[in-house]
Amino acid sequence: MDTCLVRMRVNGRPVEREVPARKLLSDFLREDAGALGVNVGCEQGVCGSCTVLVDGVPARACLAFAVQVDGAEIRTVEGLTTDGSLHPLQQAFHDHHALQCGFCTPGMIITAYDFLARHPRPSIAEIREALSGNLCRCTGYQQIVEAVQDAARLGAVPEGGER
Amino acid sequence: MKPAPFAYHAPRRLEEALALLGALPEAKLLAGGQSLIPMMNFRLARPQHLVDLARVDGLASIRAVGERIEIGAMTRQAAVETSAVVRDGCPLLVDALRHVGHYASRTRGTIGGSLAHADPASELPVVASALDAELVVAGPGVTRVVAPAEFFRAPLTVALDRREILTAVSFARIGPRVGWGFTELNRRHGGFAIVCVAAVLEVDGAGRCTKAAVALGGVAGVPVRSAGAEAGLLGHPLDDRRIDAAAAAVAGDIDPGSDLHASAEYRREMAQAFTRRALVQARGRFQEGR
Ligand SMILES: Cc1cc2nc3c(=O)[nH]c(=O)nc-3n(C[C@@H](O)[C@H](O)[C@H](O)COP(=O)(O)OP(=O)(O)OC[C@H]3O[C@@H](n4cnc5c(N)ncnc54)[C@H](O)[C@@H]3O)c2cc1C
Ligand code: FES
Ligand code: FES
Repeated sequence: MDTCLVRMRVNGRPVEREVPARKLLSDFLREDAGALGVNVGCEQGVCGSCTVLVDGVPARACLAFAVQVDGAEIRTVEGLTTDGSLHPLQQAFHDHHALQCGFCTPGMIITAYDFLARHPRPSIAEIREALSGNLCRCTGYQQIVEAVQDAARLGAVPEGGER
Repeated sequence: MKPAPFAYHAPRRLEEALALLGALPEAKLLAGGQSLIPMMNFRLARPQHLVDLARVDGLASIRAVGERIEIGAMTRQAAVETSAVVRDGCPLLVDALRHVGHYASRTRGTIGGSLAHADPASELPVVASALDAELVVAGPGVTRVVAPAEFFRAPLTVALDRREILTAVSFARIGPRVGWGFTELNRRHGGFAIVCVAAVLEVDGAGRCTKAAVALGGVAGVPVRSAGAEAGLLGHPLDDRRIDAAAAAVAGDIDPGSDLHASAEYRREMAQAFTRRALVQARGRFQEGR
C-alpha cells in the first residue's frame, strides 16, 4: 500500500506510473513526466517557483502528493508554448527583461497566467498582490510587474484562459 | 527534504474514514496539505498512515441554513472566498480569507484544515470566535457540536480526539444592523498575522450597540475574545470616544509573548491600534448600510 498507480495528463500527454505514496507532485512532474520547468526552491510552499495548474487551478506542486491529484490534468510552463514559439505572456517577460537567473520564472508565469485569466484588466496593486506569493531574488519585481501589465494590455491571456 | 514513507488511504465515505482512524493508531488526516505537507517535507511530522479526506462524500459544501452559513470541512478556502452565499451572508469570512496565505495555497487549503490546525497566528479561528461558530465533530458512533472557546485549547491543539473528524463549521450570518471589520498586521501580504482582529457590532434603531464581538489573533496561544472591549461598547452609542476606550481595554485581556517577529510590547500596542481600526470599519459599514 506504500506505492500507488498514478495517472495524469501533463501538458496534454498521458503519464502513468507506479510511485511511492510519498512522492511529491513536483518530483512526479520533474522525474516521471519530464516537466523540468517545475522548479523546486523551498519545498514548503513559500517561494512559489513550483506553481502549476491542476485542473486549471494554480497550486504548489511541492505541497501535494502525486497520488492526491490522480486523474488530474496538469499544465506547467512548458504547456504554454506551442510549436516551440513563446506564449505572448512569456514573450512579455522576455521583452521586459523580467528575469535574470530565471529560477522563479515558471512559477511567476503560471501564477500570472491564471491571474490574468481571472482578472483581464488588473491594476498595478492587484498585480502586485497576485504575485506576492512568488519570490524573486534577482529582479526586484519591477520588470515582472511591468511584463504582466503589458501582457494584460495586449490581451495575452483570454478571459477564462485558453481551452 | 522529502517526507518519510507512509501508506495512503482515500476513503469515499465518512464511516470508512472513521473506521480507518479507529483501526490505525499511527494515522493522520490529510485535508488540503498546506500545513501538514510542509511539516512532513521537513520531517517534523512522520505519520505512518495518511487518511485523505478529499474523496469523502459530502464534506465540501456551502449552505445557508436559517440564520447560519454552514460550510463543509473540506471546502477549499478559495471556494469559500468566491462563494456568493458567503459574500452575502458572511462577508467577514471573505475579508479574513484574503489574508490566509496566497491564492495558490487557498485553492488547496480547506476551512476545516485551518481550524483543526489552529495556528495561533491564523485568521480563521479568530473569525470563528467572533462569529460564534459551531464546529461539528464526528467520532465513532456520535456527532457533537463544539463552541470555539472549547475547541481551541492551545497552540496547534484542539479538542479533537485522535479518532474524531471535524466535518463542518457554521457561522452566524451577518444580518441587517450588523457591521463587521477585519484588520491584520503582518510583514508581507499573505504572511501569518502578528496581530489580527475581527469585530462584529450590532446596533438598535437609536444607534446604541446591542451586541459586540471583538476577537484577536496572534496575541495568545488561542483566539481571545476581549470581554473588556465588548463591555465598553454594549449599550452605548458608537462614538469615537467609546471606540478609543474599547480599543484601550483590549490591553487588559491579552498577554502576548515576544518572538522574532515582534516584542510583547509592540504586539500589545498594535492589538489596540488594530482593534480600533476594526471597530471603525465595523461602524462605517453599519452607517453606510454596507
Ligand atoms: C506559504 C504559506 C502561507 C500560509 N499562510 C497562512 C496564513 O497567513 N494564515 C493561515 O491561517 N494559514 C496559512 N497557511 C496555512 C494554510 O494554508 C493551511 O491551509 C491551513 O493551515 C491548513 O489547512 P489544510 O486544509 O491545508 O490542512 P492540512 O495541512 O491537510 O492539515 C492540517 C492539520 O489539520 C488536521 N486536519 C485537517 N482537516 C481535518 C479535519 N477535517 N478534522 C480533523 N483534523 C483535520 C490534519 O491532520 C493536520 O494535522 C499558509 C500555508 C503556506 C504554505
Ligand atoms: S518549491 Fe514549492 S513553493 Fe517553493
Ligand atoms: S530571476 Fe532569479 S529568482 Fe527571479
